Amino acid sequence: MSEPLLSVRSVKSFYGHIMALRGVDLDVHQGEIVTLIGANGAGKSTLMMTIFGDPRAREGRIAFRGRDITHLPTHEIAQLRIAQSPEGRRIFPRMTVRENLQMGALASNEVHFQDDLERICAYFPLLKQRLDQRGGTLSGGEQQMLAIARALMSRPQLLLLDEPSLGLAPLVVKRIFDVIRALNMDGMTIFLVEQNAFHALRLAHRAYVMVNGTITMSGTGKELLARPEIKAAYLEGGRH
Amino acid sequence: MEYFVQQLINGITLGSIYGLIAIGYTMVFGIIGMVNFAHGDVFMLSAFIALILLLALTQMLGITPLALALFIVLILAMLLTSLWAWAIERLAYRPLRGSFRLAPLISAIGMSIFLSNLVQVTQGPRNKPVPEILNGVFTFGDPEGYTVTLSYKQILIVAVTAVLLAAFWYVVQRTSIGRAQRACEQDRKMAALLGVNVNRTISLTFVMGAALAAVAGLLFMIYYGVVHFNDGFVPGVKAFTAAVLGGIGSLPGAVLGGLLIGLIEVLWSGYFSNDYKDVATFSILVITLVFLPSGLLGRPEVEKV
Repeated sequence: MSEPLLSVRSVKSFYGHIMALRGVDLDVHQGEIVTLIGANGAGKSTLMMTIFGDPRAREGRIAFRGRDITHLPTHEIAQLRIAQSPEGRRIFPRMTVRENLQMGALASNEVHFQDDLERICAYFPLLKQRLDQRGGTLSGGEQQMLAIARALMSRPQLLLLDEPSLGLAPLVVKRIFDVIRALNMDGMTIFLVEQNAFHALRLAHRAYVMVNGTITMSGTGKELLARPEIKAAYLEGGRH
Repeated sequence: MEYFVQQLINGITLGSIYGLIAIGYTMVFGIIGMVNFAHGDVFMLSAFIALILLLALTQMLGITPLALALFIVLILAMLLTSLWAWAIERLAYRPLRGSFRLAPLISAIGMSIFLSNLVQVTQGPRNKPVPEILNGVFTFGDPEGYTVTLSYKQILIVAVTAVLLAAFWYVVQRTSIGRAQRACEQDRKMAALLGVNVNRTISLTFVMGAALAAVAGLLFMIYYGVVHFNDGFVPGVKAFTAAVLGGIGSLPGAVLGGLLIGLIEVLWSGYFSNDYKDVATFSILVITLVFLPSGLLGRPEVEKV
């Protein structure tokens, strides 16, 4: 197999004295959708943030395109074209949609802002009509779309999505997952963290399961969907 | 009526100076949630820097066109004061970020004392006279009765303030630097995730606030014709009051608050008692904090998520 785009090797990270990641190993290859599922508090979002150095991994190694990024400052990691739509979306509420997108384009110096705006609004036509509206006035679904669109504005080589379906109506969730699939078809590598295991596993090429800060299972999306213990823990009653 | 117009002119002039200082308080508070108590002393320091530069340029180097000399003083004072503010942030505040909440505040108070003592030791404890410049006035009204005077200095102060605020507003609202500042103010962690160098943006905020304070320092020096090492304290606290009145964190609020505080102070001393003008302004601080803690243009803490 070729060298992975992102590789995480025995990473441990802490919140104060609490060890949130207890040695995580994980790879994302060019062109894949990789999904990480797990219960609340398993450490999924911590891993997303640890990749960006906040909190910083206290042990282990994180590499992006072969380059060690474990000790880089957060903003320099962002400039390497890894983008994240983080937990809770974190839209800038008192900036317009356009300004939010401009913030996303910062890592690419806004040189192709207009082109990218057109291209990305093709995935999210709704945002186009809301460009001059303040981010804080958008609905939850629109904010999620804006968070993904903002992440895309830097022309990332790897897109991290942290629970894009959280708190959204089923129809909106479907739209978001459709967009994720379309993005991947167009060549985007995606690392997706989800509680909505059914949708996420169907979408993913490969998947990991996280329990208590460690990876307990991995395989293709289909394999994991078929496993009885996954069904019992994450899927029963979860088909929405 | 003429008397009232006169007070109005005086109030707006004073308010412009307060507004310029208040922006430094409000921006720093907005971005790191800290009241920079040394800001008033940075303002005082800038008045001294401006005075020294003015004397050096006009009397030692003999630059004669006053406008040119003032312009050079303005630019150099802004640069030097910004450098001071940058160093203060780097040495006294940044190492304490992430420490307990009061730590940078205490450090700021220490820095305030340090600055005023530094100026006292190096420049002496007495009032420093400023050379008489721009003494012309326009007079209006009935020559027999009360006349309204509008001095060149007042015109200069209001004009410079208006131009700088416009430029400053443009930077904050329309450039990517300003956008990064607003992003850090709203969500520092997210700004970093998008590639904003948060530490540099915070430094820049201190520098911009200090540059505006330097303008205020220069204008203050010219207006009052005298500077003193303790001049940072009372104007500093009044500008802080202006920032609180306008809604701390809000830029238009700082300017509005500055103008209101200037007007209140001048009208109070014009119609009631000159001795109690500071009591009047600081009562505003107390009243605002008790009844309108988010200020006139500030936003309440709760934000729709």
